[in-house]
Amino acid sequence: MLQKEQWTGFKGRIWKEEVNTRDFIQANYTPYDGDSSFLEKPTEATEKLWDALQTLQKEERAKGGVLDMDTEIVSSITSHGRGYINEDLKELEKVVGLQTDKPLKRAFMPFGGIKMAEDACTTNGYEPDPQLHKIFTDYHKTHNQGVFDAYTPEMKKARHNKIITGLPDTYGRGRIVGDYRRVALYGINYLMEQKKNDFDNCGCGIMTDDIIRQREEISMQYRALADMKLMAESYGFDISEPAKNAQEAVQWLYFGYLAAIKTQNGAAMSVGRIATFLDIYIQRDLENGTLTEIEAQELIDHLIMKFRMVKFARVPSYNQLFSGDPVWATLEVGGIGQDGRSMVTKSDYRILHTLVNMGPAPEPNLTVLYSSRLPENFKKFASYISVETSSIQYENDDVMRPVWGDDYSICCCVSATQTGKEMQFFGARANLAKCLLYAINGGVDEKTKVQMGPEYARISSDYLDYAEVMRKYDMMMDWLAGLYVNTLNVIQYMHDKYYYEAAEMALIDTDVRRTFATGIAGFSHVVDSLSAIKYAHVKAIRDADGIAIDYEIKGDFPRYGNDDDRADEIAVWLLQTFLEKLKKHHTYRNSEPTTSILTITSNVVYGKATGTLPDGRKAGEPLSPGANPSYGAEKNGLLASLNSVAKLPYEWALDGISNTQTISPGALGHNEEERSENLVHILDGYFNQGAHHLNVNVFGIDKLKDAMEHPEKPEYANFTIRVSGYAVKFIDLTREQQLDVIMRSAHERM
Amino acid sequence: MLSCVPHMKECNLVKGAIHSTESFGSVDGPGVRFVIFMQGCSMRCQFCHNPDTWNQTSDHLKTADELLEQALRFRSYWGDKGGITVSGGEPLLQIDFLTELFQKAKAAGVHTTLDTCGAPFTRDGVFFEKFQTLMQVTDLILLDLKHIDEKQHRLLTGRTNTNILDLARYLAEIKKPVWIRHVLVPERNDYDEYLVQLDTFVKSLGNVQRFEVLPYHTLGIFKWEELKIPYQLEGINPPTAQRIANANQLLHTQDYTGYLQ
Repeated sequence: MLQKEQWTGFKGRIWKEEVNTRDFIQANYTPYDGDSSFLEKPTEATEKLWDALQTLQKEERAKGGVLDMDTEIVSSITSHGRGYINEDLKELEKVVGLQTDKPLKRAFMPFGGIKMAEDACTTNGYEPDPQLHKIFTDYHKTHNQGVFDAYTPEMKKARHNKIITGLPDTYGRGRIVGDYRRVALYGINYLMEQKKNDFDNCGCGIMTDDIIRQREEISMQYRALADMKLMAESYGFDISEPAKNAQEAVQWLYFGYLAAIKTQNGAAMSVGRIATFLDIYIQRDLENGTLTEIEAQELIDHLIMKFRMVKFARVPSYNQLFSGDPVWATLEVGGIGQDGRSMVTKSDYRILHTLVNMGPAPEPNLTVLYSSRLPENFKKFASYISVETSSIQYENDDVMRPVWGDDYSICCCVSATQTGKEMQFFGARANLAKCLLYAINGGVDEKTKVQMGPEYARISSDYLDYAEVMRKYDMMMDWLAGLYVNTLNVIQYMHDKYYYEAAEMALIDTDVRRTFATGIAGFSHVVDSLSAIKYAHVKAIRDADGIAIDYEIKGDFPRYGNDDDRADEIAVWLLQTFLEKLKKHHTYRNSEPTTSILTITSNVVYGKATGTLPDGRKAGEPLSPGANPSYGAEKNGLLASLNSVAKLPYEWALDGISNTQTISPGALGHNEEERSENLVHILDGYFNQGAHHLNVNVFGIDKLKDAMEHPEKPEYANFTIRVSGYAVKFIDLTREQQLDVIMRSAHERM
Repeated sequence: MLSCVPHMKECNLVKGAIHSTESFGSVDGPGVRFVIFMQGCSMRCQFCHNPDTWNQTSDHLKTADELLEQALRFRSYWGDKGGITVSGGEPLLQIDFLTELFQKAKAAGVHTTLDTCGAPFTRDGVFFEKFQTLMQVTDLILLDLKHIDEKQHRLLTGRTNTNILDLARYLAEIKKPVWIRHVLVPERNDYDEYLVQLDTFVKSLGNVQRFEVLPYHTLGIFKWEELKIPYQLEGINPPTAQRIANANQLLHTQDYTGYLQ
């Protein structure tokens, strides 16, 4: 059993025999069920640094969204020297380390695709070094080139017609959460020894494809660990040994994360579940008298400040897809352990308290792992912070724990993976609303008019017959599921080959479990369309080519979002059916297929590419986001809407079911106290029914309209709103996206 | 048109004429509540934001069982405080239905709240007997006092306030928990003189757990326009923050904290 002097006072055994952060946490954490009165205000240092950062953020916005870009250096763990928020204030930074040499300066990351990296520069007014173009075109292949070398013509066409959309084939797939806590707990040397051991024991000598690939990957991980040491050294730290106190633990952990964001520009770069872990170090120092509560909060504030600074170079079209420049630095608090103890510690409070100390912010993407059994004090505190800042999302720990245990992290907006044990292949989404139109139109795309899907017979009757539509939709979904999974197989293969996540994977077990995440777009519209066809009379209006381009609906029909089983049963059917079809197909590296109903804000872009639907949604209008009911469909208030979403079984959408709701403060309660209390009731009621996720916004439509018209007002500088699975600064959205947010009915009663 | 009119003897089942329901009510009684808006009201308040509930004819008829079943779908959100609230319109106009609903709700262990303006109240005859029965299954009453002055009350609502104030006194006699709500309307009831009178009256009751000033708002005007009823508060703006604070001070609303227990 390993013994380290830095571990003095820590209990437990298994985590000393093997790399096992969970065991360390369970053996050492101190649950906290008290209230928030112990929390401290920001220190002077925190305020100075935060002011400096806000000034930079203001400059960044004034310059059109990008403050500075690297045009010469290809980003790697060791590519850049030291950088600080402000050179004059660097002594104040309790947690150091930047992605590049300057704050908010975006790194050049060509391995996903050179064209994308160059376009990210040029569209923002920067000229990348021409040498880089030559290197990554003539000498070194990228992920993007690999994918396009292997795509079939049909895959390219599907991408073009946007029946499959948002694919990570030009940038990092993201969604892999390294167990960054390992750096603090074990130090790099021990982690390298373990990887060396894995390498020595990889395979029996027969070199199959799998073994060769694994050996190569372990070597890359090993080197990434060595590079992390060098990076830390450049800041004056030696992370080869375990962290000996709270400050080092925070710093070591952050270096692990920094290595990931220096090398990968994935759509989601989550931090993971760090609160309970860090609390063990903070608690030990507090008990030893070597740290005060003020200093503890300062450490957390500075760490969170760093997560607020994460940036990637993106092209405008990417930002249209994912509004507001998000990076999904998702970070969890709360949760219940397998043994029934609450995992809430004082540091869970400290992390949420950063929203008070430094104001609301979209990143890190703060997520409460919720259970009605969490301490009442914590529930009320989280809900109070929600009401004040609209910067928190909630996910149901009671449905995730049985599947992922009690040490999972949220790897994107809402998707869980076991920390350090699993990785996920992110796979964007299939537009099932468009697929329904293909079923009606015999595989012809209603927008581009090309024969995209298989040329099945079109529906030719004026009035759509439910049984006929369902039969054809089933066949069309069969085709789509196959094409979708196989397109993703190509992408994941090439990503492993050309843009392998060595830094993150170095902090995950070699024997990793892989999930294969797919997703559904247009969910509510398919449900309402099928319900309209079933319960009302839907007449197809066809153009000269016989393609149905519009629909006349006669009569009323139940809509998803009203707790009406007639519509909600269609929703459950749709999810189950599509998942079953996906599961029939081979998935890369024997990964386990899962699906999701989450669309981020890409619902606006997806909607543009989707024709008029039989539920009355017109061509080009935004699709409803995630698993949210359609615009204007909810007629019975918030809870009826929540009840509908809660009927979708999480087990069939293990990648997540996102739901975003906006409640005006007046509708939530008379005063602050009642609002917080009522929000707790909503969360308890929703999650006790087995629902998965809820984004909560608390503000009125008037505030949104005013912020849209007067973004210059100081109170809107950090005005944060939750969208599907993440948060954005409202003023960073395009006007179109702002209008979309405003259009979604806020639950407001007169 | 109507298959069944409430209170008519030829109907086997008493059905309620419902305007609408709201699954998430958080300001009409304690906690999170399922709110049922009944159709029909005999008052004609100038500031009414739901004039579409005045007329009692409705083709939206439901039995108590149907409504309760619908409400109970939201039980998981109610916690230990929430429940159902019947509002309107004026629920007391359909007292038979209301009593049946509340009896069934109580049998299911549900907290019941009645939101009323009190206009149908009288201590006479059949109504009073029915009302006493209703009170046995009503946990809380939200009582709207529109104006303390009889003459002004008639101008503002078209009805006397004598029986409404009497209802308040009766509820005090039987010690029924009450929340008083007062819509503050500039140029109508927002005068210190009236507020002081109202304060004296409410203070004398002894069963008031909460006292709320609700600032008049203009969000319901579009409904008057849709219904083509001339709006009589044209040009009157919502009260200023200063006047709201003044009203709260004169009415001593902060003193009514019984609801916190």
